[in-house]
Amino acid sequence: MSFLSSASNFFTSKLDDALGWARKYSIFQYPFVTACCGMEYMSTAAGHYDVDRFGAGFPRFSPRQSDVLFVVGTINHKMAPVLRTVYDQMCEPKWVVAFGVCTCTGGFYDNYATVMGIDTIIPVDIYIPGCPPRPENVLDGLMKLQDKIQKGEQSRTLYDPRTKTGRPAHLLEGYSIQQHIREREALS
Amino acid sequence: MLLNVGPSHPAMHGVIRLIMELEGEKIHNVEVEIGYLHRAFEKMCETVTYTQCFPYTDRLNYVSPLINNVGFAMTVEKLLGIDIPERAKYIRVLMSEISRVTDHLTCIGASAMELGAMSAFLYMIKAREFLYELVEEITGARLTISYVRIGGVKADLTAGFADRAFQKIADVRKVLIETDELLTHNRIFFDRMKGTGKISAQDAVSHGITGPFLRGSGVAYDVRKANPYLIYDRLDFEVPTGTDGDNLDRYFVRMAEMEQSLRMIEQCLQQIPDGPIAGDLTGEVITAAHMVDSAKMGETEGLLQDQVDLDPTLQGSTRKYSQGINTDRKDVALPPKEETYGNIEGLMNHFKLVMYGHGIHPPVGEAYVPVEGANGELGFYIVSDGRDHPWRVRVHPPCFPIMSALPKLLAGDMMADLIPTFGSVNMIAGELDR
Amino acid sequence: MTPLQRVQEKFQSQIVETHAFRGDETVVVRPGALREIAKFLKEDPQMDFNYLMDLTAVDYLFFAGGRIQKEPRFEVVYHFYSLTHNHRLRVKVPVDEKDPQVDTLTDLWASANWYEREVWDMYGIRFKGHPNLKRILMYEEFKGHALRKDYPFNKRQPLIGPVY
Repeated sequence: MSFLSSASNFFTSKLDDALGWARKYSIFQYPFVTACCGMEYMSTAAGHYDVDRFGAGFPRFSPRQSDVLFVVGTINHKMAPVLRTVYDQMCEPKWVVAFGVCTCTGGFYDNYATVMGIDTIIPVDIYIPGCPPRPENVLDGLMKLQDKIQKGEQSRTLYDPRTKTGRPAHLLEGYSIQQHIREREALS
Repeated sequence: MLLNVGPSHPAMHGVIRLIMELEGEKIHNVEVEIGYLHRAFEKMCETVTYTQCFPYTDRLNYVSPLINNVGFAMTVEKLLGIDIPERAKYIRVLMSEISRVTDHLTCIGASAMELGAMSAFLYMIKAREFLYELVEEITGARLTISYVRIGGVKADLTAGFADRAFQKIADVRKVLIETDELLTHNRIFFDRMKGTGKISAQDAVSHGITGPFLRGSGVAYDVRKANPYLIYDRLDFEVPTGTDGDNLDRYFVRMAEMEQSLRMIEQCLQQIPDGPIAGDLTGEVITAAHMVDSAKMGETEGLLQDQVDLDPTLQGSTRKYSQGINTDRKDVALPPKEETYGNIEGLMNHFKLVMYGHGIHPPVGEAYVPVEGANGELGFYIVSDGRDHPWRVRVHPPCFPIMSALPKLLAGDMMADLIPTFGSVNMIAGELDR
Repeated sequence: MTPLQRVQEKFQSQIVETHAFRGDETVVVRPGALREIAKFLKEDPQMDFNYLMDLTAVDYLFFAGGRIQKEPRFEVVYHFYSLTHNHRLRVKVPVDEKDPQVDTLTDLWASANWYEREVWDMYGIRFKGHPNLKRILMYEEFKGHALRKDYPFNKRQPLIGPVY
């Protein structure tokens, strides 16, 4: 759970709290915006429902410089390798927010093109449902993310839709399209 | 040198991949790769009923969702051959124009932000919030509203809407004046937008481009003037055009169009016919539960005149409002709640429209209806096979031909000119990839 | 004379059927005559269709639950619009499923380029003479043509991630 966990050392546990406090109030987000949720993301970031007062107002448009990946909008199978690449390029510690129901579970796009939930390809920390979620929802999710950052927790599991359980994240390299076709034919 | 402006990029417009061939800073050729937001709209529409298609159409051009809804509804109504009441037409036009203003605000705000003018972006999003409040008051949601129904709209305007709308329009006009002061005479903005992203009128027509993009090149084609639909022939508005076909002209066209849309909203609110039917309804006002219970017990005296008092979120489904905003064809529009709860014919009517396998059955045939979307001519082509699911729904996306003309727009320009050009294209990925 | 009447008068032998359902003038032509008719529509001054507004295809497999037999299986639909005369015309070309090929219109209207790529991607109908016929909405590794009626709507072929 915590990075330096030794309960007897008073100084270390205070350091954890200080680190968590510093991290949660200076979130550099990477807004991976694809679809309609992007409009609500813009509304949340702008003046009316200001996200800057939470310290998260400065998007870093490079994955190397950011620590929270906001996946905003539907991810389809053409975009999924790009998302995985961006996630892999981020440095530790990193968190992922699934913004909008299309990223949480796929939404109502149950078809050949859509990834039914990005937690099948990257581990997700906070799920913000809604189509699109109201800015108040987003800010609520952001505050829950801040609690998580304070405690130093990170998600490390992917969701396996066949067994409907979490499984440890493995780097999806070496997973080829030929294997997919074989697997799919075996299933059907 | 090949430079890849990848699918995930800072421009807030949507996901697209541009592979640019550069020589120093000059762009030789651009290859455009789309499809990163393909959500199979057309395939999903074939699996659901006509009324269930509306949420899918919302998410096509998600900055102006009402225009998509209206286009789809008009195409199905053309297939069915029905007409809708006057008040519903005025409400549809009113909401379409509000959507058009939100689209142009988002486009100009985002492209200004990409050029570095953060304040302009914040002002325009603030103005957009004012309009979202108006939309939320009537439809219940800010962005993806599913408000229009086949044969009318879902709910009537709220009481006192006109005053609030006039107030908000005045606020939006103030924001437009502020933004105009910030951007139009700004040396940097002017220099970056002038002369970049030029396209001639012949090229634009050959590529099939419509909308503000075409009007920036001087061709005054607007579907609202060429084939007036709903009540656009009764409204007084102009169609602004540019001369050069570069980014600055398109910016001016969009700013002028916003002003024209605000004028149209004001005219609609002044001309709209009265809604709720007064005078005819003489019965007492009772709650829905009371009506259902008395009908079950057989105490049906006076039930045909009684009015039902429902939750305000279901406004539009009682007899007082329903006849003003829904067509009176029983096989298309849901009956008012007094009919549904009060007598068996109304209940059967409701079931026949809602149950699986039943529903709206247009005759076998096809129809194409063009509507003026915020980016150009938004056309819906629907093929019906006589059953309750559409056989084929095709959307003609207005930004698809514009994106195919992007190599021509960018050839010869500098790499930094990509940003204002791409901003003025107003590519909405939901519409482009469907 | 309306565009439909002019086309009927000039190309009587090439036309399969015409109708004007709900006011939309439509003409169904033989595939071999498409380019000739398209050239006529573009160049004749009384027709002057300078916009190819839309190009799409429809799959009629098992139409109306099998009650209506429509042969052949596909139909490529063209929507034309004239800016000068403000009239519209719809042209439909029936395409067989065994050899789905149609002539391209890219040299007449530049908008046809991407529309034809999309029809290839979604339906598998080839366009003879198209400069760059490859997939536009789906990725290259996708097998099959998605909008055909025999492709189930939720059959997934992911590039990464689990198959389910």
